[in-house]
Amino acid sequence: MNIGKQFKEGLLTQNPVLVQVLGMCSTLAITTSFFNGLGMGVAVTIILTLSNVIISAIRKIVPDKIRIAMFIVVIAGFVTMVDLLLQAFVPALSESLGVFIPLIVVNCIILGRAEAFSYKNGIVASFFDGIFQGIGYTLVLLAMCIIREFLGKGSFGGGLLNGGAGIQIFPADYGVGMLTLPVGGFLTLACLIALMQWALSKNKK
Amino acid sequence: MTDYKNLKLIATSNPHIRNNETTRSIMLDVIIAMIPALVWAIICFGVEALILTAVSVIGCVVFEALYRILMKKPQSVDDLSAVVTGMLLAFVCPPTTQLWMVLIGDFFAIIVVKQLFGGIGKNFINPALAGRAFLLGSYAGAMTSWVDPAVNKAPIFGGTVDVVTAATPLAYLKTGNMDGLKEIYSVGDMFLGKSGGSLGEVSALMLLIGGVYLLWRKVISWHTPVAYIATVAVLTLLFPKAGSGVDFMLYSIFGGGLFLGAFFMATDYASSPITKKGQLIYGIGCGLFTVFIRYFGSYNEGVCYSIMVMNCCTALIDKYVKPTRFGVVKSDKKGAAK
Repeated sequence: MNIGKQFKEGLLTQNPVLVQVLGMCSTLAITTSFFNGLGMGVAVTIILTLSNVIISAIRKIVPDKIRIAMFIVVIAGFVTMVDLLLQAFVPALSESLGVFIPLIVVNCIILGRAEAFSYKNGIVASFFDGIFQGIGYTLVLLAMCIIREFLGKGSFGGGLLNGGAGIQIFPADYGVGMLTLPVGGFLTLACLIALMQWALSKNKK
Repeated sequence: MTDYKNLKLIATSNPHIRNNETTRSIMLDVIIAMIPALVWAIICFGVEALILTAVSVIGCVVFEALYRILMKKPQSVDDLSAVVTGMLLAFVCPPTTQLWMVLIGDFFAIIVVKQLFGGIGKNFINPALAGRAFLLGSYAGAMTSWVDPAVNKAPIFGGTVDVVTAATPLAYLKTGNMDGLKEIYSVGDMFLGKSGGSLGEVSALMLLIGGVYLLWRKVISWHTPVAYIATVAVLTLLFPKAGSGVDFMLYSIFGGGLFLGAFFMATDYASSPITKKGQLIYGIGCGLFTVFIRYFGSYNEGVCYSIMVMNCCTALIDKYVKPTRFGVVKSDKKGAAK
């Protein structure tokens, strides 16, 4: 077990979004305002960490043939908890994320980490894997939110700062509106993936 | 007698047939071919048209040069392809487009569509059209507000410079209001370019002059533009939305950016098929999509998107339309392919 290596993998070399290309649906759909990205990232990080720990703990008593079904049951349990907590304490976030909170159940990052990591590793390692992969996911979401919000609407911190409107940096009329549309999500993500691959390949040399 | 001993023979690998054509000379021909349309735009829309085109060209050239310098790649500005992209992008924008908007379009066209994919010849989609689509998606209002050029009103002819927002002929065609359209513009007006529209697309005549020049210089072959325009003509002749087929057809092919698209956009080397047969299929596809979008889509104009869709099909067309290799008997094709 090597926490430093896991940290580097989660954030950079095995980044769930930019390298493993998992969890595309939420990454593309909800990264329109800073608040959304932060909320989604934190929710996924919590669920990922908890489900990683539980799956790692029960890995020896789960038969191989029904493991996927077991993973889903565990994940769905935590997602339901987080969903209800959000509805109770942060209704604004719950409303703006909408169906994407229940959809975390089928988020490939969580199932992917369960299958690839926590099913084969100890509880402590799985715990840190969940945290670091979650942070890696959150950072990419935040980067996408900031880029799309700033270039698309000219604002920063939408949904959170300045009473929800965000801080206007330049007039919204000048914003490149396309980036706030779904197309803009694909474009931004493509640019980020390209940048990441470029940086990684440069590092290898 | 030939002095065989001192004859300098150079052994090289193919290609052996060479000519003096360079990217630069081809691009220069394209620029020359666009001059008539540019002159007409200046006559119609005033000096603003020239400023817009100039800013767009400068933007493209600067972005390309900067990218090549920052990425430490060989400089490619002198092949003039960025100038062509800049001119084409200005041509497909309304004359009232803000200068900063056109620069954003330049950035998208040159950096994202062209350079990130590897520079000239490696873009899978026409950069100028992608730039326009990007602007249309971002500033839909500004990109669809047209002015009525009506030549006799232009400053050069002693008219006022007042900009009147006007519906383009395509908007009339969309709703099938042929009587309304005929009241404003005759077919001759449309052909000469007295109707509203994007900066460089209004005059079918000027674009035709440029297109014929390109054909004469063998920069483009006739296959794509002819297949494209003919498909649109046949479809609109057979299925007019209103009025007689011939009228509707003439207004349809002279209106909008069809000639600009057919001669200057769809013939882009990098994003169109290589074989003649492929170019015919490609042209027909462009024509079909243009008519479909004009008839059933939510936009009035379909040229931009139809060419972009067919750009994406180019690799597929090239894959299925392969010329028979020299020396291979047709029935033997399968055996040879193995």
